[in-house]
Amino acid sequence: MNDVQSALEKGRALIMEAPSLEALRAVEAEAFGKRSELAAITATLRGRTPDERRELGKALQDAREDLDRIYSERLARLEAGLARERAASERLDLSEAAGLFSPGGGPLADLLAQPLPRGHLHLVTQVREELEDIFVSMGFEVAEGPEVEDDWHNFEALNMPPHHPARGMFDTFYLKAGPPQSVLLRTHTSPVQVRLMESRQPPIYAVAPGRCFRRDTPDATHLPVFHQLEALVVDEGISMSHLAGALDAFTNAFFGPGRHARLRPSFFPFTEPSAEFDVTCWVCDGRDPNCRTCSGSGWVELGGCGMVDPAVFQAVGVDPERYTGFAWGFGIDRLAMARTGLADMRDLLDNDLRFISQF
Amino acid sequence: MRAPLSWLRDFTPVEGTSADIARTLSFLGLVVEGTEVVGAPLPGIVVARVLATRPHPAADRIQLVDVDLGDGEALQICCGAFNMKPGDLVPLATIGTVMPSGLPIGRRKLRGEWSNGMLCSAPELSLGPEGPEPAIYILPPGLSSPGEPVAEALGLSPDVVFDLEISPNRSDCFSMVGVARDLAAALGLPFSIPGPPYAVAEDVAPASVAILEDAGELCWRFTGTVIEEVDKADVPAFVRRRLTLAGMRSINPVVDVSNYVMLELGQPNHPYDIDRLGGRGLVVRRAGAGEAIVTLDGTARRLTPEDCVIADGEGVGVGIAGIMGGATAEISSGTTAVLLEVANFNPQAVAATGKRLGLLSEARTRFERGVDPEVAGRAISRFVELLGPRARRGETTDVRTVVQERAKIFLRTERVNLVLGTSLSPNEPAELLSRLGFEAVPNGPSTYEVTVPTWRPDCEREVDLIEEIARIYGYENIARSLPRRSIAPAGLTDYQKGRRRVRELLAGAGANEAWTSSFLSGADLARAGLSSSEALALENPLDQAQGLLRTSLLPGLLDAARFNTERQAGALSLFEIGSVFRHPSEEGQPARSGGRVGTGPQTGLVNSILEWEQLGVLAVGLDVDATYAVRAWKVLAGGLRLQSSAVEPFAAGGSGSTLDGAMAAGGSLHPGRRALAVAGGYEVGVLGELAPAVSAAYDLPGRVAFLLLDLAPLLGAPRQSWAAQSASRYPAADIDLAFVVGDDVPAAHLEATVREAAGDLAEAVALFSVWRDGSLWAGRRSLAFRLRLRAPDRTLTGAEVAEVRDRVVAAASVAHGAELRGA
Repeated sequence: MNDVQSALEKGRALIMEAPSLEALRAVEAEAFGKRSELAAITATLRGRTPDERRELGKALQDAREDLDRIYSERLARLEAGLARERAASERLDLSEAAGLFSPGGGPLADLLAQPLPRGHLHLVTQVREELEDIFVSMGFEVAEGPEVEDDWHNFEALNMPPHHPARGMFDTFYLKAGPPQSVLLRTHTSPVQVRLMESRQPPIYAVAPGRCFRRDTPDATHLPVFHQLEALVVDEGISMSHLAGALDAFTNAFFGPGRHARLRPSFFPFTEPSAEFDVTCWVCDGRDPNCRTCSGSGWVELGGCGMVDPAVFQAVGVDPERYTGFAWGFGIDRLAMARTGLADMRDLLDNDLRFISQF
Repeated sequence: MRAPLSWLRDFTPVEGTSADIARTLSFLGLVVEGTEVVGAPLPGIVVARVLATRPHPAADRIQLVDVDLGDGEALQICCGAFNMKPGDLVPLATIGTVMPSGLPIGRRKLRGEWSNGMLCSAPELSLGPEGPEPAIYILPPGLSSPGEPVAEALGLSPDVVFDLEISPNRSDCFSMVGVARDLAAALGLPFSIPGPPYAVAEDVAPASVAILEDAGELCWRFTGTVIEEVDKADVPAFVRRRLTLAGMRSINPVVDVSNYVMLELGQPNHPYDIDRLGGRGLVVRRAGAGEAIVTLDGTARRLTPEDCVIADGEGVGVGIAGIMGGATAEISSGTTAVLLEVANFNPQAVAATGKRLGLLSEARTRFERGVDPEVAGRAISRFVELLGPRARRGETTDVRTVVQERAKIFLRTERVNLVLGTSLSPNEPAELLSRLGFEAVPNGPSTYEVTVPTWRPDCEREVDLIEEIARIYGYENIARSLPRRSIAPAGLTDYQKGRRRVRELLAGAGANEAWTSSFLSGADLARAGLSSSEALALENPLDQAQGLLRTSLLPGLLDAARFNTERQAGALSLFEIGSVFRHPSEEGQPARSGGRVGTGPQTGLVNSILEWEQLGVLAVGLDVDATYAVRAWKVLAGGLRLQSSAVEPFAAGGSGSTLDGAMAAGGSLHPGRRALAVAGGYEVGVLGELAPAVSAAYDLPGRVAFLLLDLAPLLGAPRQSWAAQSASRYPAADIDLAFVVGDDVPAAHLEATVREAAGDLAEAVALFSVWRDGSLWAGRRSLAFRLRLRAPDRTLTGAEVAEVRDRVVAAASVAHGAELRGA
């Protein structure tokens, strides 16, 4: 028994005194491996009585486990030290670099002689900024809201109380936070409408671009993460005629002169009257009966729109008798695809430099 | 819903090409998803009577059929279907016929036996869908005599089927009558529903039906009608043909009539075999807790007391109200008498039960959107009429718990014109509404009291009427105009402008903008050396690899970098601006708005979730190291004209940034090559190199430089003043000073000391050389600065320059123990 104890102490000392990883690996066999005293004692087991064998075997097993643990701890400690040393040896005072790249510094002047690379903004960013600029030029502000939303802003204030069948039109992602289905990822940019009207009284002339989320399996025309642009106009005397006019003005500005918008009746809980809006086919202008973009109809469906439902006004505290308004929403990514003839939306999310650097 | 034109024409004489009608429907909001032209005249296909069937001597899969075309001659046909028997009438494509598919039929030999034509299935004639097994279309017995063209025998005329997408608010348009009514209104055509005859056989007993009191709010109306001798029903051929066109399977005459009435009038109904119905009656009640009913689809459905059940006279459940019947009293070929249920249920109750059971049906679709409570009588009479004169009905028992008042709405012509931007005359809105069955009675000048028809439960408010007026008037006829408003300042906010500037600066400096997903997994975060303990989890992710919301842009950018490196992209630099999210682990942690603009207050729980915009820059390449990140930071700080900016030694959590602590803890950062980006005295982010383990985990070669900034504090940091300073016209004196100073003294600190000591005369202070020589200076290095001294109003004297030099050298020595080299 004392032999085992002494073998253990000896092994411990060998391990703890090893100064480096190499030294540690070198003493492994001697400490508790083939060449260790423990191994020698183990070899004597055969000649002992069963009782002795059981007792001694257990002691040997315990000692081996102890040494194994001690070895692992020592190994981790030495490795951490090595990483620290390496980090220290690679240590850089990054403010040196900052100083060197100040105007008047040496390397900066050298850089001027280098070829200048040019980076590219993402296609979706470029389309979004163009849209923002069009609407800013028409007197709109650009509003933004959170992507994580509550049920009130995404649904209830938009005239979709709990259990409203229209909620089924959106495949909503819910978060594990709070009561079930109370916190979600916004399914459209319409909650920004609600936030705008909650924050102040009309007049409001605003567009709200941003990221939205729906539980769609990715395919050529759907991504679970996508971008929408919402518009909201609330003022005295706003009519559906203005909605049609504003959409037409936008269509002209984005797609070029001669391209128009048209309205078809539809249904959304948050607008009444509601409409889908189509734009003149940007590929064939309605001249190709076999056009794949518009299926020969000459029109491409772009988004939904309508007059703000009085129930929405009531939810946010705007007087529906005094004010009327219109709203619309459409996909920015879809416009990016329209602009470039891109067939598969998933290309937008790949971030392949060969794709990005085309634009 | 699939609507055959011939069916719509039962109610309104609509004319025109299918394209024109489809367009009219679309502009009513009844979106036409497809138009199908059916019922080609089928030339060459005639009625044949089966005389005998014989096995083919040399084949198992085909048999020989002898048919008679009316001339008494037996004509041999080879046929691959086995569902006909002698006496049946079947369609035969005669020699020389070209099938609708384009297949020409000739006299040919099949395994040695002649076939003098081809017997046809329903799909081969475009008369119905493909069945599970090959089956010849057996024509109704006694339909016509052999030899007659099949098209004539079936009364087939060319037809058009419109595949309509009905929006959830238009419950009335889940019926042919509803679609026809809209069409007639838009085209200004007459519209009427022919009234079926109403004849009760005195000797047929009235039905026994009841609604139990506790079910009164679930079931608003329940009618029962006994119809006898349905086995002698003589259902017109168009029922089966139209059902097929509408996309429903023909089952048996009684069930076909039931479906036909539902499609025509929008009233779901259910015929029960009365002889298999306990107590020969029906009772409407709430389900018992845990009660189970086996529905027609063979599945046992477990119910709760919130659900409404149709039970037989003995109280045994035989159907789930408004959704699906049970199997017990199903109609079979042996049924001789039925009890017909035509009822009206509470839409919310049907919706709730249907949703909980996940059970879709034609009945549920209609009931949960709202069925006209007054159409029941017409539906019963139509049902009996279609069964033919030999079926006999008893008196209908009609129980109602709720009789809805017809809604009355005030409508102001002025309001109509205001909302639509039209200039309709005072009576025009009333006229347009009357075409849809609304009754408008004048009530004061330019005001009407409008009574809503019972089939339009969706119309409750003046604005609903305005939409109806707009639909019939035509959205296309509304003139376009732009809002007239006084000029108001608009445009991008400072934040939005700043964000654009950041993008342009980075792209100008050679970085490419990426767009990465907002979703990732705990493994993605771990691979990037980040913790997932504060990540928000999705309740219903598309898959587990996308189960969390990103807490950092880093993993997405690393993935994008790997994607490109795997494609031999070489050196690359990517950036992204996007929202990141964190669920605060501690209660009461202040929410950061993260630069969100134009928004109202966040409410409740959402308020405690951190969401803010981050900027991430990542560079990979053989020559890349942490200095790339420093350069990117300098570009941003300079381009944004930050009043003060610095790169400070890394101290995790020192300033409460959202970035540093988590990154250091997770092992994201290279411990020796990391620093804080400071703007206006506040930390706005972290920069440097990623830990070698992280770049290895993404198979990225060499060192990976990164810059992660919180966008709002960056853009909110004070900018340089716009106050102009004229450049001095006097010559400058440059002095170079190289200091040997300890490695623990950041260059930025020494530079600040130099700058301060040099005072106003220092036009520029720039570090131009860093030199390390272990043999000369252990633990120290040489930092060489160039000071450009200049006065705005004079040429500096040698003495002035020397004084500045001495001051700087002294200050550097006192503050940092720096020794002047070569001194």
